[in-house]
Amino acid sequence: MVTYLGLIVLIPLAAIVTKAFSDGWGTFWESVTSPQAVAALELTVTCSLIVVAINAVMGTLIAWVLVRDDFPGKAIVNSVIDLPFALPTIVASLTLLTLYGNDSPLGIHASYTRVAVVIALLFVTLPFVVRAVQPLLLSLDRDMESAAESLGASRGRIFWRIVFPNLVPGIAAGVALAFARALGEFGAVILISGNVPFKTEVASVFIRGKIESDNVIAASSVSVVLLVVSLVLLAFVNAVQKWGLRYDR
Amino acid sequence: MTDNGRLTRWALRYTALLYLTCLLLLPIGVALVKTFDEGIGEVIDQITEPDAIHAFKMTLLTVAIAVPLNTVFGIACAHLMVRSNFKGKWLIGAFVDMPFAVSPVVIGLALILVYGTGGWFGADLAEVGIQVIFSTPGIVMAVIFVSLPFVAREVIPVLQEIGEDAEAAAETLGATGWQTFRKITLPAIRWGVSYGIVLTTARALGEFGAVTVVSGNITGETQTLPLYVSQQFDQFNSVGAYSASLVLAILALGTLLAMNLMRRGED
Repeated sequence: MVTYLGLIVLIPLAAIVTKAFSDGWGTFWESVTSPQAVAALELTVTCSLIVVAINAVMGTLIAWVLVRDDFPGKAIVNSVIDLPFALPTIVASLTLLTLYGNDSPLGIHASYTRVAVVIALLFVTLPFVVRAVQPLLLSLDRDMESAAESLGASRGRIFWRIVFPNLVPGIAAGVALAFARALGEFGAVILISGNVPFKTEVASVFIRGKIESDNVIAASSVSVVLLVVSLVLLAFVNAVQKWGLRYDR
Repeated sequence: MTDNGRLTRWALRYTALLYLTCLLLLPIGVALVKTFDEGIGEVIDQITEPDAIHAFKMTLLTVAIAVPLNTVFGIACAHLMVRSNFKGKWLIGAFVDMPFAVSPVVIGLALILVYGTGGWFGADLAEVGIQVIFSTPGIVMAVIFVSLPFVAREVIPVLQEIGEDAEAAAETLGATGWQTFRKITLPAIRWGVSYGIVLTTARALGEFGAVTVVSGNITGETQTLPLYVSQQFDQFNSVGAYSASLVLAILALGTLLAMNLMRRGED
């Protein structure tokens, strides 16, 4: 088992780190701070932050509607949430391009803009927050809310003071996973973003470009930056989950 | 309920539905209509192109290898994580989760650096006549990497929840480790395993970024169906791209249905 993990995951990732620093710190630093790399990283991080903020709000809202509301067709809506996990990313990119691209039947021309990058990332990250918050809402004891209501608390106050604090671990975990996914996304972005350097080129597309032009050290260096951010996020998810379980044992 | 409360409820419901419509349903619906723009005959012609069929078979082959391997690994890993205690356990857990956090393109690059020409093992492998990168093994490894965590992630919470009582009882009654696993543990975790397999399959079917980097995208050889879609699009054969996407979307729909059945099974 350790061999499997080693051959498939560990050794290859170690190879990236080694390659990135194979010509020393100077080359690594130069690659990471080249204007095109900085532009790509900046765009990726900014879009991911926007996407994650929208996800935190809309994901919680959708989870709330799915748990607390009741309407015909709710079961179907609930299963549709998983669609972005099931649909291949390149298909997602193609469908988004059909609606928001230059031939858009709605007349929305978002392709080759940063808005397109955000839309694509919103699509692939949709399930994370919803699926992290839903079980927490389901298991939430509603007696507390009734008690607050009978004591005269307003609905807004009940949500912010009683419901929301219980959802924070789920929102945080969902947000971190969505952020990690958004940072590295490639397939969903590639058709709709146009991949214009300095404008709509995200980090993963930049890395692919460097691989194709045989500049492996630059590709590895930017990869290391993404890897470090991802590792920090993973550690954060674990910490949040432990914190969420702190009263369980 | 007060009028105000009802209003809030409606506002929330329709905000959620509108968001999902714009993000998911509308694009997919419009793409579906566009696929059949030139009639169903054209779609069938496109799907039955030799290159499309080859790409489809290639995708099925990678799924057929990657999914069973990751299932066995995932169960073993989850068992180890929950039932044993040793130093550095958290490290294994962290590494199993890695593929969720690493960009597919980075995964592809990592594999090239180890198994490609000029990579760490590339020369030795070439000597014994094995080509990994720009060939089927590389694609399979990329797919294994990206879909590695799903089974373990689904099984770990189930194993934690069922506890060890039944397993311990079986052992005191003289069952061997394998018997205990087959007759007690496996039936208890079956929904978790199945759900993990479905997620693994979905990811393996659709993987694009990692495969693009390692496959070399040789038409009729190392091209999977998602790569075929992107190539047809680049060559301005939009009907071809949409038709192949339709095949992938139908597979995705099947996966989605399976996910729902599993979820109901879990309850």
